[in-house]
Amino acid sequence: MKPTILSAFFALTAFPALACESFTVGDLTIDHAWSRATIGADRPGVFYVEITNAGASDDALIGIATPAAGMPMLHETTVTDGVASMPHAMSVPVPAGQTVQLAPGGYHGMLMGLTIALKEGDSFPATLTFQSAGDVTINVEVLSLRAEGPDCAHAGQ
Amino acid sequence: MRLTGLQKILWAAAGLALLGYGALLLVAEPTPAPLAEAPFRPNFTLPDADGRLRSSADFAGKHTLVFFGFTNCPDVCPTTLAEVAQVMDDLGDQAGQVQPLFISVDPERDRRLGLSEFTTAFHPSILGLAGDAAQTRAAADSFRIHFSREDDAAAPDGYSMSHSPALYLIGPEGDWLRQFTYGTPAPEILADLQSRL
Ligand SMILES: [Cu+2]
Repeated sequence: MKPTILSAFFALTAFPALACESFTVGDLTIDHAWSRATIGADRPGVFYVEITNAGASDDALIGIATPAAGMPMLHETTVTDGVASMPHAMSVPVPAGQTVQLAPGGYHGMLMGLTIALKEGDSFPATLTFQSAGDVTINVEVLSLRAEGPDCAHAGQ
Repeated sequence: MRLTGLQKILWAAAGLALLGYGALLLVAEPTPAPLAEAPFRPNFTLPDADGRLRSSADFAGKHTLVFFGFTNCPDVCPTTLAEVAQVMDDLGDQAGQVQPLFISVDPERDRRLGLSEFTTAFHPSILGLAGDAAQTRAAADSFRIHFSREDDAAAPDGYSMSHSPALYLIGPEGDWLRQFTYGTPAPEILADLQSRL
């Protein structure tokens, strides 16, 4: 993502918080886990995160589980011939030495069958499963409906 | 039939032109985005959340920002509506000259889930419209955009919608002015609008 866009995003959210927590599993660091507030629990929620692979071998995010949703899945928004759709993604590659973002308009966790409406300021746990590094449970902060990402001092590296 | 030399040349030229046109069609066909050609005037007649019919002519004199989407869309649609909301806030005194519209491509489900609670959660100025299948198709055709229902056993209710994700700007006379591609930052949309108001 372009730095100019990031700075525009950060202007929208005021306080660094939970979404700025980092989690590690093996060579992977997981940052900026956030979700967007929902209107009720009837529509799917969303999950975004940033994953850095400091190791020498490739890994991949292959699953997501959370008590917040009965049917969480990995999706990728793609725009083909000017039409956007969001097919199921079997896995999200996390190549050695790279940072991968699940971010608006690209890969995302699709939280279907929400067990509860997601309210701004709430947080919920999510367990990410990686092909090599295994499982890691992280906290996901719910930002406002209009949020475009968390405001963290170390973000956008 | 015997052809003169000139006729042969003309027929050959016509044939080549036809071939060229065919090739253009082949190249151009998969591109659904409106082309930079003569201005056109999209039009629609669709009910709002209260069932009141709204048509393009109702917004004469205002710039309208039109987005086609569905409320069950957690990724693309909130991102764009959040940008529209930001633009409306930042327009300040000029906000009254701009009408943002959200046209549902999944009208039946959106009505059931609540159209206006969705749009107003982003910004009270956003007007949600959801017609029947024919009205929706006609509106999309008039904007020259695409949407379709994708059967997907894993999706809520067994389907999801694919749709053109751009934001369209219509002028006060109803002319299609431009599109903002998905992901255009709010400040860029704002600056464009301010230069026109
Ligand atoms: Cu999705």
